[in-house]
Amino acid sequence: MAEIHLKNLAHSYLPHPSGPSDYALKKIDHVWEDGKAYALLGPSGCGKSTLLNIISGLLTPSEGSVLFDGEDVTNLPTEKRHIAQVFQFPVVYDTMTVYDNLAFPLKNRGHDAKTIDQRVRDIAEMLEMTGELNKKARGLTADAKQKISLGRGLVRQNVSAILFDEPLTVIDPHLKWMLRMQLKALHKKTDRTMIYVTHDQTEALTFADKVVVMYEGDVVQMGTPQELFERPQHTFVGYFIGSPGMNVIPAHVEGNQAHIEGTTIQLNYGYKGMSGSNVEIGVRPEFTSLHEGGEGLPITIKRVEDVGRYKIVRADFFGREINITVPEGQPISERVNRVSFDPTRVNVYQGGWIVDGEAA
Amino acid sequence: MSGATLTHKNNVSLLSRLGISKSGLVMTAYLVFLMLPLYWLLNMSLKTNEEILSTFTLWPDNLTFQNYITIFTDPSWYSGYINSITYVVLNTIISITVALPAAYAFSRYRFLGDQHLFFWLLTNRMAPPAVFALPFFQLYSSVGLFDTHIAVALAHCLFNVPLMVWILEGFMSGVPKEIDETAYIDGYSFPKFFVKIFMPLIASGIGVAAFFCFMFSWVELLLARTLTSVDAKPIAATMTRTVGAAGIDWGVLAAAGILTIIPGALVIWFVRNYIAKGFALGRV
Amino acid sequence: MDKPFNNKAWFLVLPVVILVAFSAVIPLMTVVNYSVQDTFGNNAFFWVGTEWFQEMITSERFHNSLIRQFMFTGIILAIEIPLGIFVALNMPKKGWGVPVSLVLMSLPLLVPWNVVGTIWQVFGREDIGLLGAALNGMGIDYNYTQNIFDAWATIIAMDVWHWTSLVALLCYAGLASIPEAYYQAAKIDGASRWATFRYIELPKMQRVLLIAFLLRFMDSFMIYTEPLVVTGGGPGNSTTLLSIDLVKMAIGQFDLGPAAAFSIIYFLIILLISWALYTIMTNYDKGESK
Repeated sequence: MAEIHLKNLAHSYLPHPSGPSDYALKKIDHVWEDGKAYALLGPSGCGKSTLLNIISGLLTPSEGSVLFDGEDVTNLPTEKRHIAQVFQFPVVYDTMTVYDNLAFPLKNRGHDAKTIDQRVRDIAEMLEMTGELNKKARGLTADAKQKISLGRGLVRQNVSAILFDEPLTVIDPHLKWMLRMQLKALHKKTDRTMIYVTHDQTEALTFADKVVVMYEGDVVQMGTPQELFERPQHTFVGYFIGSPGMNVIPAHVEGNQAHIEGTTIQLNYGYKGMSGSNVEIGVRPEFTSLHEGGEGLPITIKRVEDVGRYKIVRADFFGREINITVPEGQPISERVNRVSFDPTRVNVYQGGWIVDGEAA
Repeated sequence: MSGATLTHKNNVSLLSRLGISKSGLVMTAYLVFLMLPLYWLLNMSLKTNEEILSTFTLWPDNLTFQNYITIFTDPSWYSGYINSITYVVLNTIISITVALPAAYAFSRYRFLGDQHLFFWLLTNRMAPPAVFALPFFQLYSSVGLFDTHIAVALAHCLFNVPLMVWILEGFMSGVPKEIDETAYIDGYSFPKFFVKIFMPLIASGIGVAAFFCFMFSWVELLLARTLTSVDAKPIAATMTRTVGAAGIDWGVLAAAGILTIIPGALVIWFVRNYIAKGFALGRV
Repeated sequence: MDKPFNNKAWFLVLPVVILVAFSAVIPLMTVVNYSVQDTFGNNAFFWVGTEWFQEMITSERFHNSLIRQFMFTGIILAIEIPLGIFVALNMPKKGWGVPVSLVLMSLPLLVPWNVVGTIWQVFGREDIGLLGAALNGMGIDYNYTQNIFDAWATIIAMDVWHWTSLVALLCYAGLASIPEAYYQAAKIDGASRWATFRYIELPKMQRVLLIAFLLRFMDSFMIYTEPLVVTGGGPGNSTTLLSIDLVKMAIGQFDLGPAAAFSIIYFLIILLISWALYTIMTNYDKGESK
């Protein structure tokens, strides 16, 4: 178990990177706490796999270093790093039994038979696979195989971190949530540092204590699921997390007022020196409400989608789409033509990044 | 994804640290073992008989192409080539033509006796040519096909057709059935669909199949020699002619041997990418 | 599986059936016909029942050929399968080495079989062959036309030269289909090189190894041309394998009846062993998955 320090880390696949666009992973400096569950979230090509491979040791970063509990492991090969990994496609040793699969990492490291037996049985218990210990691994279902992969990491007591590379890709949809819950429970039980790479926000938000959102090689935000929801540090986080994502509207901000297409909106904080064309306000559909006339931005409703627990209203505002969520059961009148925002939930962005306002 | 490049990088560093010299050594040793006998044949083919018999030299002292000139100027020599290539090409065309629809049937449908039929076809691959030599001779003689190219081509179908069906069936099973259905909905007739859409999709499979067809027909001699006497005699059989009253003409024998290897080498060179792809699909 | 049942598919396989029937069934019938008859020439045949079969099964000549055949096949399988795996493990995985190795390794496979024989016949001669001259130069008394052991060593070396590449190429294909994640997982689990081979590479190669094993079994059991060219079955009868013996009997001595009975027993042995191997291996495969 270890705290992971990514010190001034950056990586480029090119030998002589000339600009920021040459970097698959732009410079980061983070400390990941021992025993926490982290999720690396982002669309494909955002650099999350690069980061994972740097941590696992498959890839040596071109700049900076990786420290496990203060010890520099940047140049150590995978097998010396005390990490475990669960891959996208289940990797089990087909010809071995479940028991032998779980015992394999310990046998390779020369542990005595008694210790091995004890550990394997403990872990099998934890994974709820005691009954299948003597089965051949080949015939098992994909989710059972993924549990074995995880188990092979858990049996080793000195594992610094367990890495997951989109582990639910090949799992049947109806088993996904079950396995996810089991993972979460196992994390609570074992207190191992876990790092989980995914492009699925639901997986990331339900699994992780902290979610690291990546975009174009940059870590745009690292925070709890709640922080990501309430205060996205970057408009990308706003878009990417939540369904539908945050509404982002270009605005002219002065003091505690935002001017949008001739309409003025009150903000909860005061902002200074917000000139330029790259100022936007962001508000989640959950913090908007519809009115007939009165305050707010003038809109026309294009369509209403009923997704079960709530309805999503897709509205047009000067050629731009604004999404509004409406609780199930609340009627939507045809005369609705205004949307207003909860001032405490409106964030202001400049150049994509959030701007902190002052209490007005 | 970026995964492939990552592992590549890692492999290279790992190999250069400990592996590449060992693997390289093993491969070099193995390839030298494969090439030495071939080199020796080439070496001999470029020597005069006097040099071959009188001195032991690792490379020709007096480089001569006389052995090759002998072969190319004597019709009884070079007609052997034409004969061999004719029946090999005929066999490849026949085998592929009949195997394609059959493989399609096996890969797409179940029908009465399909499993038994498939197994029966494969058993023909297990039949020793020696067993068939005499009956073939009698059969083709009785229908007047003895000493014709088509006789050898048909005889070689015995082991090539089952193999083709097996290889092609593997490739065809890899093509999703939805493609067939879409084509029928788009109004394609079966023959048109098969030629215009399906065959291009399994082009590499056909390439691999044709390669094996060529290979097994080219290298087989027992049946080819039994079924021919003069007009369709294969080059490999002509080689025995070098044993004359004055002993063996080693130089010409070696040159003829080298020339029989060249068509195979050319075929490998042209289909090497298909072969790699075919091997990657795990079917041979 | 989910293939539709359609007897019209028979029309698609009909050409194959006709062709193979023409080139397999008719000759096979001829063989069966000969095997139960005898002749005094003039195309006059009479029924002898299973006499030829009894004669063959009890014949010492047949037994000896059969024993030699099993020895030959056993030895070449014992060499070619492990060597092929070993070569496959060492083949380059990318770069210019891949096409070079593929092409060079395929070359022996495309040499006509009698030329293979000729190559080794020449290569092994002590007067003009590199191998023979080198061995004798090193003080080893090597002569494949006189010495039984040398003759066997030569035809085995020849077969290894000729066919190991096929095993290696098949294994290479099997290895290429193993996802990189397996190797990473093995590294993370601290597996040794041997353990990686034993638990990842070998199980994944199982299917291609079965194909390689069967092909090599069948083809080595039918081998004719190559040893015939090199040793002519000698010295004595020491390298007279089944096919060589059969052709001698059928075409050399024109003993049609015994040769036909020989043929049928021969074919049945191959069928039986192939079928047994196939069943054992696929059952083992299924058993594993339980």
